[in-house]
Amino acid sequence: MDKKLEPIVKTMQEKFSAAHEEFRGEVHVFVNPEQIVDALTVLRDEYKFELLSALTAVDYYPQTSPRFHVVYQLTSLANNVSVQVRVPVDGDSPKVPTAARVYATANWRERELLDMFGIEFEGHPDPRRILMPEETEGHPLRKDFPLGYEEPQFTFNFEEIDLRKPYVKE
Amino acid sequence: MAQLEEVGVEKYKHLVSERALTGETMLLNMGPQHPSTHGVLRLLLELDGEIVVNCIPDVGFLHTGIEKNMEAKTYQKAEVMTDRLDYMNPIGNNLAYVMAVEKLVDVDVPPRAQALRVILTELQRIASHLVWLGTSGLDLAAMSMFLYCFREREQILDIFELVSGQRMMTTYIRPGGVWRDVPVEFENAVRDFIKIFPKRVDEYESLLTKNPLFIDRTVGIGILSREVALSHGVTGPMLRASGVDWDLRKARPYMGYEQYDFNVPVRPEGDTYARYLVRVRELRESLKIVEQALNRLPMGPVRSENRKIVPPPRSEIGVSMEALIHHFKLWTEGFPAPKASVYSAVESPRGELGVLLEGDGGPKPVRVHMRTPSFDNLSVLPEIVKGHLVADLVAVLASTDIVLGDIDR
Repeated sequence: MDKKLEPIVKTMQEKFSAAHEEFRGEVHVFVNPEQIVDALTVLRDEYKFELLSALTAVDYYPQTSPRFHVVYQLTSLANNVSVQVRVPVDGDSPKVPTAARVYATANWRERELLDMFGIEFEGHPDPRRILMPEETEGHPLRKDFPLGYEEPQFTFNFEEIDLRKPYVKE
Repeated sequence: MAQLEEVGVEKYKHLVSERALTGETMLLNMGPQHPSTHGVLRLLLELDGEIVVNCIPDVGFLHTGIEKNMEAKTYQKAEVMTDRLDYMNPIGNNLAYVMAVEKLVDVDVPPRAQALRVILTELQRIASHLVWLGTSGLDLAAMSMFLYCFREREQILDIFELVSGQRMMTTYIRPGGVWRDVPVEFENAVRDFIKIFPKRVDEYESLLTKNPLFIDRTVGIGILSREVALSHGVTGPMLRASGVDWDLRKARPYMGYEQYDFNVPVRPEGDTYARYLVRVRELRESLKIVEQALNRLPMGPVRSENRKIVPPPRSEIGVSMEALIHHFKLWTEGFPAPKASVYSAVESPRGELGVLLEGDGGPKPVRVHMRTPSFDNLSVLPEIVKGHLVADLVAVLASTDIVLGDIDR
């Protein structure tokens, strides 16, 4: 582990009883959903992680507890180190407190997770879908959402396929 | 079945000011079909006369489910999807993804391949900045910029065609190296470009840098402070124009960037003009890197010898049984990657392009997340255009250098 990361991991362990794992020099710290806002605040204010580089999620379906990991990739420009904070979330009605008040970029990134994974962020200032149309059903990046396709239309079968397409019909 | 319905102000109640609800200010759509939104971006503007009170970006028109598609493909085959993310920077996207794969499966890249990757990504950076310079010139009524910039960009795309057979969707960088060695004409083609390009940058600068009309439109417009930039996750030239000296090529060198001598342009002002200056100086710095890398381009293999990851060369397949088996297995089954997660980031022309790649022990990734810089760079737009004229919004939006393919993925 990077020397600069050791005190950070230690603090996270003491304050939030966070487990950690390491792979190819990257450190992942596991924090409970209730404590994530405090943990991010500590990391930002005391350890100068100014930048929330990425905020995303991983779906471990069919595993249900935890089904998702919400991943916060933090970068410190001052110390030139990175740390990844992971929040395990259960499968039925996944909820995490919003980090939009700690890092403004979390606003859009959390909307993306709401859209793509259906993870709810409690207290989010603007909980709308961001990429998919509002009337979409389901959450595309979940593993139980099938990968769809579109039938290519040619002149000879244009109308036949057109009838099957989900357009707005009169 | 979905019905078309009129969208009222109700839906955006929490995002617009009180005055919009009484009808005192006007809500106006800019885009998705608008030439200066640089793609299919819709901006919902709340206007008081010509002044922007609020700006609500609406993205997703170009969403193609690239991350989902990549999960259904093997590690090698998923790479072609990355070209289509940020279509101004396909080689840079390849590099970001391939570096994540290499980190996950732990394979070394020969020095010649590293140098070739550096040359091509820097050329790509120049090409991308040229498109930005041309189109933002166009937005500010400097029509000739567009024609000049695309002339030089064409020359770079010809080099890409020379090495990969494709002008844009190259997929030239592969896990463990590059697709194949460059042809003999490559060196002269790049040298020609190095020879003419500095004069051409002078030409661009003589058209814009001291142009009073351009300065009027850009100086003091859309000021982005250091704190707001960092909090919004802004990276790349936009962050450097706000006075933060942060470039992943310097801070965390990859592909041997530490060997090259180049500067990272930084400006403290944070306005549209500063973003222009940073990118134009980056054109020159990138050219310096290309020249150095070309001068000391080492000889040797361009692909790793690890046959479990990298397919054998064609010449071996005819004479070696093992080579044939490896080739067959790699292209039908793919290679397995450990059950682990890596995050690797490169400096794209727009900022930090990160890839979170998670494997499960099989040949397909469980999760590929592309941390695309345009997404965060756009999210800061509402903060910096408030109180400006609609015409200035166009200038500010051009200076953020967003690519919608990069945002919507």
